[in-house]
Amino acid sequence: MKTDSPFLELEDGAPRVRVWFDGQPLDLPAGANLAAALLTAGVQVFRHTPVSGAPRAPFCMMGACFECLVETGGRVQQACMLEVEDGMRIDRPHETEAGNATV
Amino acid sequence: MQRCDLAIIGAGPAGMAAAAEAARAGLSVALLDEQTRPGGQIYRDVDRATGPRGAILGQEYLHGMTLTEGLHQAGISHLSGAVVWAIEGSFRISFTRNGRGEQVEAERVILATGALERPMPIPGWTLPGVMTAGAAQILLKQSGVLPRRAVLAGSGPLLYLIAAQMVRAGTPPLALIETQTAASPLAAGRHLPGALRGWRYLAKGMKMLAEIKHAGVPRYTGATGLAVAGSTRAEAVTFRSKGRDHRIACDTVLLHHGVVPNTQAARSIGVPHVWSQAQQCFVPETGRWGETAKDGVLIAGDGAGISGAIAAEYAGRIAALKAAEELGRITAPERDRLAAPLFSRRSRETAVRPFLDAAYPPYGAALRPADSTIVCRCEEVTAGDIRSYAKLGCLGPNQAKAFGRAGMGPCQGRYCGLTVTALLAAANGQTPDETGYYRIRPPIKPVTLGELAAMDAPSANAAE
Repeated sequence: MKTDSPFLELEDGAPRVRVWFDGQPLDLPAGANLAAALLTAGVQVFRHTPVSGAPRAPFCMMGACFECLVETGGRVQQACMLEVEDGMRIDRPHETEAGNATV
Repeated sequence: MQRCDLAIIGAGPAGMAAAAEAARAGLSVALLDEQTRPGGQIYRDVDRATGPRGAILGQEYLHGMTLTEGLHQAGISHLSGAVVWAIEGSFRISFTRNGRGEQVEAERVILATGALERPMPIPGWTLPGVMTAGAAQILLKQSGVLPRRAVLAGSGPLLYLIAAQMVRAGTPPLALIETQTAASPLAAGRHLPGALRGWRYLAKGMKMLAEIKHAGVPRYTGATGLAVAGSTRAEAVTFRSKGRDHRIACDTVLLHHGVVPNTQAARSIGVPHVWSQAQQCFVPETGRWGETAKDGVLIAGDGAGISGAIAAEYAGRIAALKAAEELGRITAPERDRLAAPLFSRRSRETAVRPFLDAAYPPYGAALRPADSTIVCRCEEVTAGDIRSYAKLGCLGPNQAKAFGRAGMGPCQGRYCGLTVTALLAAANGQTPDETGYYRIRPPIKPVTLGELAAMDAPSANAAE
């Protein structure tokens, strides 16, 4: 998945921990910014909008736009405001509600 | 509940400098910031930028370390990871930290909430793969991550900085597409005397442009008809420049046409704002010390009007001296003596600003987008929707909420507010001041019932 990523990682020294995004295992740098780590791992769609089901991904990376919302720990949270933790399970929020969602 | 003399919201250059100055004057300071580490967006994670990252980002970024060092002194309590959602009374500040609601009480407040990217609604700007230029800066600063096949589009020196950094990192952008016309720098000519006082910035800009050109990055100016093509993600940027149509395939599009003050906190406590024609945005009304019509509330840095990181530092110190004087820790003559050199250095820093504002105006087609372009990303409201509300009698952004939920999504209007004001003002033949802005109410960031329930000291009137 990583080789297809549109993003390049300069330093690759951090120890990796396993997380799951949408049920798929990913090994991400421990303590890294979650949105950055998911982008680098090749995740392209973070959520689908509740209005039209349109795909969205991080836009501002500073906690202002709310485009990077994901569901983790039972809550919908901004991925750009979270850090990667071992064993994290991350899902697209309200996925079942967006009936016309595309991936 | 923690009590302090001064609460500062935001640990960017203004907030960090204010905290250090206030502590030197003997004030107890609570510095609240959303991020884990100090720096704000401009110096994001500067303390961890070692090795290649520091080299790519350059000396001006590393300067931020002088500010983070200033926080290590008695009297400053740096509350990191604190998401402020309400400022009430005079003053009780509510925030979420580590999943719990918390509060601090302070005699004075300095808002140092910085800037946001100016919304740049163009066709396709909601597609995955489209980000703000500032987002790319944050990815590089905090995570050492860069886009591989990126196009930079819009206007302003930040685009040069990012392009130059990408060149240094060995992944140059596929193209630099600038919207300012050949006429813009000429229009800026009358600001040249001021600009020459800020010659260092101009020299830096020229150096970056040379670096970009040397790397062979194609550069287009006077671009019009800018759009992002793609069905489920960004696939290409299309535009017209010098009479020719272009299509550049890419994975990432970085948009930028200036930054605007982040006014959410100031608006939530009723600080009056006015339209700045020069900066094409609303700015809070502040005096030379950063004081506002709200007693005890000062605003410092880009949140008071865009002046840049170095000017923000001086503004933070100036506001801190004012707070220290008001609280009786220094006398008015002492305040004036300490502030005098700061005022003159600040004015030297801001001298270049009118030139930059004139040379790199916002992209006109993104200030008044085509009907089919989404302006409110959260609720997917188009420019045409807003114009149709105006036809039905909608005069202002608050009414627009009732018509079609514009500004009612989780971003609370941060990325559509200025566009909605501009569209309604144009449709109704009014000024932006007459049209107004969204009424911003607490909570200014989402807060869960769980976070409230975990709050230490239940506040009797927090929900007023």
